Amino acid sequence: MVDEIKAKTAEEMAKEQKAVSVSEFFERNRHLLGYDNPTKALLTVVKEMVDNSLDACDEARILPRIHIDVKQKAPDRFKVMVKDNGPGIVDKQIPYTMAKLLYGSKFFKLYQSRGQQGLGIKGCVLYSQLTTGKPTTVISSTGDGKTSYYELMIDVRKNEPNIISHRIEESDKIWHGLKIEMEIEGRYIESKTSVNEYIKQVAIANPYAEIVFDGPNGRVEYPRAANVLPPLPKEIKPHPHGIELGIFRRMLETTNSKTIVSFLVNDFSRVGRNSAEEVCKLAGIEFDKNPKEINNEDSEKIFKALKKIKLMRPPTDCLSPLGEDLLLKGMQKEIKAEFFAAVTRPTSVYRGNPFVVECGIAYGGELPQEGTVDVMRFSNKVPLLYQAGDCAITKAIATTDWKRYGLQQSGKTVPNGPAVIVVHLASVWVPFVSESKQAIASYPIIIKEIKLGLQELGRRLYRHISGKRRAEMQRKRRKIFERYIPEVAKSIHELTNENYENIQKKLFEMIEKKVVKIEEVEENVEERSGRKISETREESFE
Amino acid sequence: MSRKEVEEKLVKLGKKVLSDIQNSKNPSIDIPIRSLSNIVFDEKTKLLKLGDKVAKRYFFNVAQAKSFMQTLLVAAFCRNIVKENIHTSIRDMYYNLKRTLPDSDENTFDEQSESDPLIVDLETSLNVLREQLHLIADRKGVVAGNVVIEDRGDEIDWSKLGSGGWSIPSAVEDIQFKKVKADFALVIEKNAGFERLHEDKFWKKYNCILIGTGGQPARGTRRLIKRLAIEHELPIYVMTDSDSYGWYIYSVIKSGSMALAHASDELGTPSVRFIGLTISDIENYKLEKSTIKATEQDLKRAKELLEYPWMNHKEWKREIKLMLQKKIKAEIEALSARGLKFLSETYLPEKLEKKDFLP
Repeated sequence: MVDEIKAKTAEEMAKEQKAVSVSEFFERNRHLLGYDNPTKALLTVVKEMVDNSLDACDEARILPRIHIDVKQKAPDRFKVMVKDNGPGIVDKQIPYTMAKLLYGSKFFKLYQSRGQQGLGIKGCVLYSQLTTGKPTTVISSTGDGKTSYYELMIDVRKNEPNIISHRIEESDKIWHGLKIEMEIEGRYIESKTSVNEYIKQVAIANPYAEIVFDGPNGRVEYPRAANVLPPLPKEIKPHPHGIELGIFRRMLETTNSKTIVSFLVNDFSRVGRNSAEEVCKLAGIEFDKNPKEINNEDSEKIFKALKKIKLMRPPTDCLSPLGEDLLLKGMQKEIKAEFFAAVTRPTSVYRGNPFVVECGIAYGGELPQEGTVDVMRFSNKVPLLYQAGDCAITKAIATTDWKRYGLQQSGKTVPNGPAVIVVHLASVWVPFVSESKQAIASYPIIIKEIKLGLQELGRRLYRHISGKRRAEMQRKRRKIFERYIPEVAKSIHELTNENYENIQKKLFEMIEKKVVKIEEVEENVEERSGRKISETREESFE
Repeated sequence: MSRKEVEEKLVKLGKKVLSDIQNSKNPSIDIPIRSLSNIVFDEKTKLLKLGDKVAKRYFFNVAQAKSFMQTLLVAAFCRNIVKENIHTSIRDMYYNLKRTLPDSDENTFDEQSESDPLIVDLETSLNVLREQLHLIADRKGVVAGNVVIEDRGDEIDWSKLGSGGWSIPSAVEDIQFKKVKADFALVIEKNAGFERLHEDKFWKKYNCILIGTGGQPARGTRRLIKRLAIEHELPIYVMTDSDSYGWYIYSVIKSGSMALAHASDELGTPSVRFIGLTISDIENYKLEKSTIKATEQDLKRAKELLEYPWMNHKEWKREIKLMLQKKIKAEIEALSARGLKFLSETYLPEKLEKKDFLP
């Protein structure tokens, strides 16, 4: 049998090998980008566009106003439109920003932003084109009175934009912003892992944004709850302890520095001259060697030396957490609960990457009494809806002992009760479990930070719940007295002929005062009721 | 104590609570504690007496609110029947007061066992007897003998009541003795024992009054025993099972009970003597084969008896220790092993003859 298959020669194989363009690769592996099924695809498209809009507004220091429109064209077809009031995109950049994969400003930058890999919106354009064959419409203005209109597709083989139509209009109406419209194959279901929930969670994590959502089931408006933007994160250079060898080698190739020491000092954070020279000594490399002339073997030596030396932690102003105030405002405006608490942890570092954990909890009110607590996970203000089980946030919640804080919990699971737990991880480089960016990797330090935040919330929650239980106890007590008072009043009336109404009125007046005092009296009773039991025993003996 | 006085005591209780309310004080009722800690044995009268320890029952107290309400319900009920001069049973009262509270599924009373102790509470608190509150317990206890009495105008001859005997009412205060022809009275715990002796015409042969208590004697029975002992100076002999429960029954007849210590003066008869059954009888009358093994509970109870000051007699201590040592007990019926008429024809006559009694 084996003999029958004709063996290929190396030359024949070489003929079959050809470069696969990035666009082609993703066309074949679209699940990696979050397009595994129609429901998820619709969510991904909305999500990519909204994330971009929020990032652009953040950078331009504009309070975001975002309009999302999802219209059903056919059972499995939707027209998705997202319009923002951001800075817009200059005309000639539009085709590249929108339709050339891996083209973008974010890829080599190290600061906290929603998108990271420069794939998002292009993936949407590609997905639209794959499922409907239609181009994506892009309308943008930067506030100069000119408005660009584009119809774009992607040339999959070349990974180049394919401009279907392009025109610029001038008018007196000055505006800035970006409007993207595309048709895609999808399915709209309202659930905990779909568009409606995503937008709601975006509104919670971005309370300074005004969002209008016109969905297939009507309009939902999310008003702005704060008029301040969180401070803009600063761009930082990578910290040596967080870098990987591949990236390190690419940095060596692309640096403008002339010597290895100046390369280490200029292109990394927290590396001073002394540390740089120490690294070179450790690696056995001359200080003034040109970075571009360093071979693979030496680069690995330097890389290893970098990891060994002691360095200050990376700077933390590259992060932009929401802050306790904004997180509270976000939760208060979208969650109907009676108790809210939020905590922002101090900055911490995993593998050289700074991160901040923020936790919030909402309790009681209109939240359902039954079932597990609602968990909302965010990374850099972006809601994470899938892969909850793989996520460090879920693991941290499940391994926190909630019973001591007044929630029900069976073993190491997400607790039960009328509560919503919000966890936000802000980092320049969020460690995701996979490319679809839905679960945060479980670094022990990340889990530890989340748990510390949750425990603080738990303590505050417990204070609230125990206060509430006391109030509930008092209410029950009051009810008991209210029930007995008519009987007591009637009996006293029968014994003394005193006016029934007067006695009853007076007793009702006494409830308030006495109910509070009762707790003190109660102490003495314990003893007496114990004695009462032995009395009854005595009696039954006869 | 006149009816009027009893009614006034009930009104006074209501006024006390009313004044608490008017002064914005947590309304309370004082109730003497009826547990062992507040029971005193009066060496002079040889009766159990209630001490002066009092527990306050508050309304504004979650643990006590309900029984406070129930106590007042019972008090008001009693005032009404005393005022109207009608009598009713404690069971009747329970049903009279039982109802569901508005807008709830809670009843004023769920069981008669909730209202019964409240009556005793009221008795002790007001220092009156249940009968004076116009409440009567179920009839329990029978009597036969050469006695003629008058009860509510009817003349009753205890010697002419056939096989059943006269059942003793709960209130015997108003009964008048027309003729009492007896040398002593024999009180027997078991109904079966009473039946046997009655059928054997024991009371006729030995010129005595025969009283069956049917277990722990009711108040009417205890009061009747006391009246016979005091008013007609009859020696009273008591017969119970030979176990700690039977002996406690004897102690209740003799010294009064802990639960009704406030009424010992009316109910306790210190002059009674114990005729049997003792542990020594088992040997003396060869009843070894009819004994029962004592349970843990029996032994525990026996040890308690040893501690009671009113059982502090060397004869009793010997009997109780004998029981603890042999770990056995015997019922009156054990005597039937020696023949059905052994009780009436051998055991009792011998005991009476030898005056073989315990104090």
